[in-house]
Amino acid sequence: MTVKTKYEAVIGIECHVELKTRSKMFCGCANEFGGEPNTKVCPVCLALPGALPVANKEAIEHMIRAGLAFGATIPAFSKFDRKNYFYPDMPKDYQISQYDMPLTLGGSVGYWLEDGTLKECRLTRIHLEEDTGKSMHAGGGDGRIAGSAYSLIDFNRAGVPLMECVSEPDLTSAQEAVGYLEALKRTFVQLGVSDVKMEEGSLRCDANVSIRPAGSMKLGTKAEIKNMNSFRSVLRAIESEITRQIDVLESGGRVVQETRGWDEAQGVTHSMRSKEEAHDYRYFPDPDLVPMEIDPALVERLKATIPALPHDRFVRYHREYGLDPKQATQLVDNLPLAEYFDACVSASGNAQLSTNFVLGDLSRLANETGTPVYASPVTSASLAELIGLVEAKAITSKTAKELLERMWAGEGSPKAIVEKEGLAQTSDAGEIERFVAEVLAANEKAAADYKAGKTNILGFLIGQVMKASRGKANPALAEELLRKKLE
Amino acid sequence: MNELVTRSAAQIARDVNGKRVSAREITAAVLQRVDETDDRLGCYLSRLNELALDCAQRADRRIAAGETLPLAGVPIAIKDNMCLRGTRTTAGSKILENWIAPYTATAVQLILDAGGIPIGKANLDEFAMGSSCENSALGVTRNPYDLSRVPGGSSGGPAAAVASFQAAIGLGSDTGGSIREPGAFCNVVGFKPTYGRVSRYGLIAFASSLDQIGPLTRTVEDAALAYDVMAGHDPSDSTSINRAVEPAANALREDLKGLRIGVVKEFATAKLGPEIDALYKRAYRELADLGADVVDISLPTADYGLATYYLIAPAECSSNLARFDGVRYGLRVEGDDVGQMYERTRAAGFGPEVKRRILIGTYALSSGYYDAYYVKAQKARTMFAQDFRRAFEHCDLIAAPAASSPAFEFNAKSDPYSMYMMDYYTIPMSLAGLPALSVPCGYAGTPQLPMGLQLAAPLFEEAKLLGAAHAYERATEYASKAALAV
Amino acid sequence: MASEKIDVRYVAKLARIALSEEEAVRFGKQLGDLLEHVNVLSELDTASVPATAQVVESRNVERGDDVTPCLDRETVLAMAPQRQGAFFRVPKIIAES
Ligand SMILES: [Zn+2]
Repeated sequence: MTVKTKYEAVIGIECHVELKTRSKMFCGCANEFGGEPNTKVCPVCLALPGALPVANKEAIEHMIRAGLAFGATIPAFSKFDRKNYFYPDMPKDYQISQYDMPLTLGGSVGYWLEDGTLKECRLTRIHLEEDTGKSMHAGGGDGRIAGSAYSLIDFNRAGVPLMECVSEPDLTSAQEAVGYLEALKRTFVQLGVSDVKMEEGSLRCDANVSIRPAGSMKLGTKAEIKNMNSFRSVLRAIESEITRQIDVLESGGRVVQETRGWDEAQGVTHSMRSKEEAHDYRYFPDPDLVPMEIDPALVERLKATIPALPHDRFVRYHREYGLDPKQATQLVDNLPLAEYFDACVSASGNAQLSTNFVLGDLSRLANETGTPVYASPVTSASLAELIGLVEAKAITSKTAKELLERMWAGEGSPKAIVEKEGLAQTSDAGEIERFVAEVLAANEKAAADYKAGKTNILGFLIGQVMKASRGKANPALAEELLRKKLE
Repeated sequence: MNELVTRSAAQIARDVNGKRVSAREITAAVLQRVDETDDRLGCYLSRLNELALDCAQRADRRIAAGETLPLAGVPIAIKDNMCLRGTRTTAGSKILENWIAPYTATAVQLILDAGGIPIGKANLDEFAMGSSCENSALGVTRNPYDLSRVPGGSSGGPAAAVASFQAAIGLGSDTGGSIREPGAFCNVVGFKPTYGRVSRYGLIAFASSLDQIGPLTRTVEDAALAYDVMAGHDPSDSTSINRAVEPAANALREDLKGLRIGVVKEFATAKLGPEIDALYKRAYRELADLGADVVDISLPTADYGLATYYLIAPAECSSNLARFDGVRYGLRVEGDDVGQMYERTRAAGFGPEVKRRILIGTYALSSGYYDAYYVKAQKARTMFAQDFRRAFEHCDLIAAPAASSPAFEFNAKSDPYSMYMMDYYTIPMSLAGLPALSVPCGYAGTPQLPMGLQLAAPLFEEAKLLGAAHAYERATEYASKAALAV
Repeated sequence: MASEKIDVRYVAKLARIALSEEEAVRFGKQLGDLLEHVNVLSELDTASVPATAQVVESRNVERGDDVTPCLDRETVLAMAPQRQGAFFRVPKIIAES
């Protein structure tokens, strides 16, 4: 047993995701990234004396949809609480959050690994809260808190609606953690509840990492890892932390419960000196806001707006249609293309050909022209029609490629083009025999070579027949007739 | 004294709308009255002469253009915990001493839109925490009936301003009695509507679940007038009540026939001494003489009011006042790091009573004590609401003292708890969110100083409450100004 | 109910208020006295009583997701005890959030 396999990791993720709304959580200021500092603020989100919050309905509905997507329970009653602590970029010096009655409880996130293995991670809860402003640390310290002489604050982000997703400690590796986060991300994006732009900080996560002897049920002491600002850094940070903890235990030490920051440049986590004092957030129900009673009819209405989920799609593509995990992921992550693909599959009944066309020729055309497949003149219905022609052997696959180009150019439906141009595949032996005779007459040397035993030249001759027939000849029949003539 | 300043708000509005006098003339007379008397009284922390004259001019123009304004030319004293755009708004605290509000409270805006004239921002106990106005960090307000005594609090400034004809309407806020007690001390009507009836948007929060804006006036009719202008739903305040308001001005009555008025057994006034006991007994008799059926009722939880209130209000205040941190506005005392800056700023910016309440509230919410204190108090609060619901099965209104004594001398209450006891009779109604008012009911003590009768009604029954108070006021006329010291 | 002595220094730390020695002693005593008064609540049997956060019951007060005008930046920054350019400036932050 190697040192690595002697231990197993137990990982839970807390992640904050900014919700996509027009206005902030409790005021009418625009919820937009960036902009001139301190221009998207009002008495409410700047916590001026006397200002009061009013909850954004859209944000609440986003939460319910997010919960439903993961099979969470939507409690009949929910409320906002104040989480009290002082921080300069938090205007009220308390955060409006949810303590014991969050909007969604439980549920689980299905995800997959690169090799297509399907996994699941349970959710503890998702609750609604508000974001803080942004601090920039200046005067030394290279932008970090440590060593800076002062901080500059922009409150534009203060009050942006934020959901906090808390997972159960069901993850056992850095790869699983990333798989889980990717599943969250693609689900939120496809639900339209968040843009999840990591580079804009709209998804931020912390990981609780501990290790224990493989097979043990007892949880080890956990460290909380912060400052991971990309999926890549999540992967590296957790891997590095697991290695660190193993090293500590192997050298006879003991892991201490602490917060550790991920240092991207050094590739290590380091202990963050936190103040001695314990956090005492003094949660209590926010008396400026009234409770929420969630109407079951609202939940039903919102349920009806939830699209096919990425995870279900992946399972279908990978397991049912046999797409490899990479292809399936590529498709799942491109929702309009996936919807186009699904429409084509359901119209044609042929997942294999749909995959070949959509991920093959059509994707190539899309790359060449810059027009997405789903926005091209090749509709899913016309693609299904084309697939029908191929299946019925009415056209050859070579003709299909040519047709696709002409459909892309806007020449109309495949059947119409075929009829107009007489491109239908022919299995008329007499007609093909004429082409065969033509080709053999023009390629006497090749015919002689074949007869002399160079049978692999047959492929060339078939190609010439196809060419002469402008692709209409049934290739199998052409081959048969060629052999007959040559033998 | 110019006769114009003695007119009631209703009279002024009638006269200005009827073009018998201009808003400008009224305003000029009131500004002069303030000039003459406020050095001694200290009602205002900020004077708004220029804005007042602008508003008067605008009111006169609107009336000339054919509009009728419910508060045309009515001079208003605004408690300085309400925001008024472009004016200094201090909450009586050093921490906000120089803060200029960039927006206007909903209630204040409604008053201004109705033609009211803002005369000044009036003094208060710091962040509305107190019962004497002595906790103001920015000024001393004296009782117009005896300059050696307090005006009551926390709305002491508006109460004294209205009593001394420096305004016709005072805008106050009441959390545990902060309108009713100074109303009683200054011989004016002090009216706290149902919690949520008047928007709190722009009112600097003390205790969010208890704070309520209401008027201080010289007549019940004026209180009804101000209430009718301010009451109503505000989408900017999530706790604002979204239901129709019955106009109180139409509900004023001359007798109490057909009304049952309950006297709370647990509020036995004998413990207040023979003179005050006799005074309240007389008041209850007067209610009966007006045709009311006066009945005994019971509020079994009455004695738990102070304890409940002094957990809930400080808990909420400890969180509400966290925002005064020296980062975005207000006072800052520099420190080596941000934590030290917070601690120094808040140490220098808050007075002792505010600190005490923040500390007690922080403690009551802290880990390990939350259930024993905060949750327990919230449960007790439920019992208050239940007690009142049961009591109102036997009566339409409740009568009680508004305060346990007349105005006291400065520095008379050195121990915090004895000051808290001043709110003994007003707190239960606040905990239950009920509309309640104090109306002058005679004089007691040496020298003889004003006392107030408190009347309370079930939730949302402001019109009935003001109607009855009007009958009492008309029959008794205790609000004589003969004893005014200025 | 708790009747132990309040750790007034700890509470003041949570509330971010610096206390002088004299204040710590005075407030400590006053808070202790008040808590004694408050302890009368333990006489109330609240076992089957629900807690009331708001006395006038209302539910689901929400706003539509509409954008409204913000404050003018100069007005905002003019309030700042210390500003630097378009930002609010604060002394160095030591504790992590
Ligand atoms: Zn805002």
